[in-house]
Amino acid sequence: MRRLSGFNIVSLTLGFAFLYIPMIILVIYSFNSSKLVTVWAGFSTKWYGELLHNEAMIDAAWVTIRVAFFSSTIATVLGTMAAYVLVRRGRFAGRTLFSGMIYAPLVMPEVITGLSLLLLFIAIGMDRGVLTIVLAHTTFSMCYVSVVVSSRLITFDQSLEEAALDLGASPFEAFRLVTLPIIAPAVISGWLLAFTLSLDDLVIASFASGPSATTLPIKIYSSVRLGVSPEINALSTIIIAIVTVGVLSASIISKRQITRRMKEEAAAG
Amino acid sequence: MNLARRILVGVPYLWLLVLFLVPFGIVLKISLSDIALAIPPYTPTLDLSEGWAAVGEYFAALDLENYVFLTTDDLYWKAYLSSLKIATLSTVLTLLVGFPIAYGMARAPAEWRPALLMMVILPFWTSFLIRVYAWMGILSTEGILNQFLLWIGVINEPLIILNTNIAVYIGIVYTYLPFMILPIYSTLEKMDESLLEAAEDLGCSRTQAFWFVTAPLSRPGVIAGCFLVFIPALGEFVIPSLLGGSRTLMIGKVLWEEFFNNRDWPVASAVAVILLLILIIPIVLFQRNQENQREAGR
Repeated sequence: MRRLSGFNIVSLTLGFAFLYIPMIILVIYSFNSSKLVTVWAGFSTKWYGELLHNEAMIDAAWVTIRVAFFSSTIATVLGTMAAYVLVRRGRFAGRTLFSGMIYAPLVMPEVITGLSLLLLFIAIGMDRGVLTIVLAHTTFSMCYVSVVVSSRLITFDQSLEEAALDLGASPFEAFRLVTLPIIAPAVISGWLLAFTLSLDDLVIASFASGPSATTLPIKIYSSVRLGVSPEINALSTIIIAIVTVGVLSASIISKRQITRRMKEEAAAG
Repeated sequence: MNLARRILVGVPYLWLLVLFLVPFGIVLKISLSDIALAIPPYTPTLDLSEGWAAVGEYFAALDLENYVFLTTDDLYWKAYLSSLKIATLSTVLTLLVGFPIAYGMARAPAEWRPALLMMVILPFWTSFLIRVYAWMGILSTEGILNQFLLWIGVINEPLIILNTNIAVYIGIVYTYLPFMILPIYSTLEKMDESLLEAAEDLGCSRTQAFWFVTAPLSRPGVIAGCFLVFIPALGEFVIPSLLGGSRTLMIGKVLWEEFFNNRDWPVASAVAVILLLILIIPIVLFQRNQENQREAGR
């Protein structure tokens, strides 16, 4: 039986306080009526109102969501393919290089990835805009998807696929009818991860974007560099709220799936 | 079947070749070029229509001048050293903060653990930029921290934290903490509790049992966590740019400024190549650690 010692309780409390207090303060001050972010002058929602009328910010938000949607969708397809190839397809020419290219972007400093992609886009004469950001984001987030999906592929029973093949399914049918439903939760969480990474990214987007496309992080960064502003606090609060709701509901859904699977297994066994 | 398989391997492979590997080739090439007042702002550029002679001239024009420049100007090697120092120290700090949290989580009752895990993952999903920004309001001279410290009377005048290296350390520890906690927690959580009981039965005190049993068994997680913090922290740009001051030297910031402010693409590329060479060692060590863990897990 594990027991929490006093030390454990103190370190958990302090640790989570450290993780959450800065964000709570950020949220509280988004409701401050003073322009000075550090002086509390009463409750107000006026910064949210101003945010709604800030068209540059709203445009940037739409660009960001579009980029995130397209890049995470393409990344999910490519990343799932890559994971399947790496886990199931054994040896092929250039496999080491391939797996290296899957893992390297995960640890590559963003400034290097951004710089190298920008130099590529310029070398081939591509105008920088939404498309180049989508390409850039797809490239690094497909690697994250591939890692998430391959960890699920490794743990599931390969004989299920083999059984489907023995029963006359084509490899594609076996994938669609057997493999995909089993790895679906991992594919979905891979998509969500790719989507958030894209929403979040400042450095790579700054290199890959041109004057025609500004994403929300670029907008936030350029305003924050000049100092703290209550409008950015309001925007941050909205983003934190969306992420919290998203993550919590995703975890509740996956928890339900796990309990259902356990029940099914218990019934079958 | 064969065609399907070729597509399956070929599409992601080609994508990464074109958008990941080839760009590095270009960075390497531009790092050997010279800056020029042109579009694009470097020379030479390859013009294949002029035949093989042009190719020869092109390669003859490439040289190591930018790398020599990096060694002669103080700024660059100081920035590399200072990045290494900041990344190392903040990795140690993150370990010191993260390990007790991961340890507490692993020892918590099983029904709490999913919720605790969720609480660690949640900040990780929240925008990185926003989490760095949150500290700007806290650490500034008239920020919450100084107001609080003045109010409880610990200090008489506000501390200057924002725009110093201390703020950079706080920022790195704060934003990378989940990367440290998660791998350590996953090794500690798998640990067989009876090993500790056995150690205590054999006469170890609880502290000894921790050092002789828990600590060695958590090593793969600690190593993974340290690399996951150290590698990205070394090239970090956002944190030194928002929390650090003009005297905070980090190579990611230098690269950014070289590119966007000075528009010196060849030097920016040379800075990137050197940074990559420095990172190859930790990246290879990290991958080896991950592979060992995977083998052990099977």
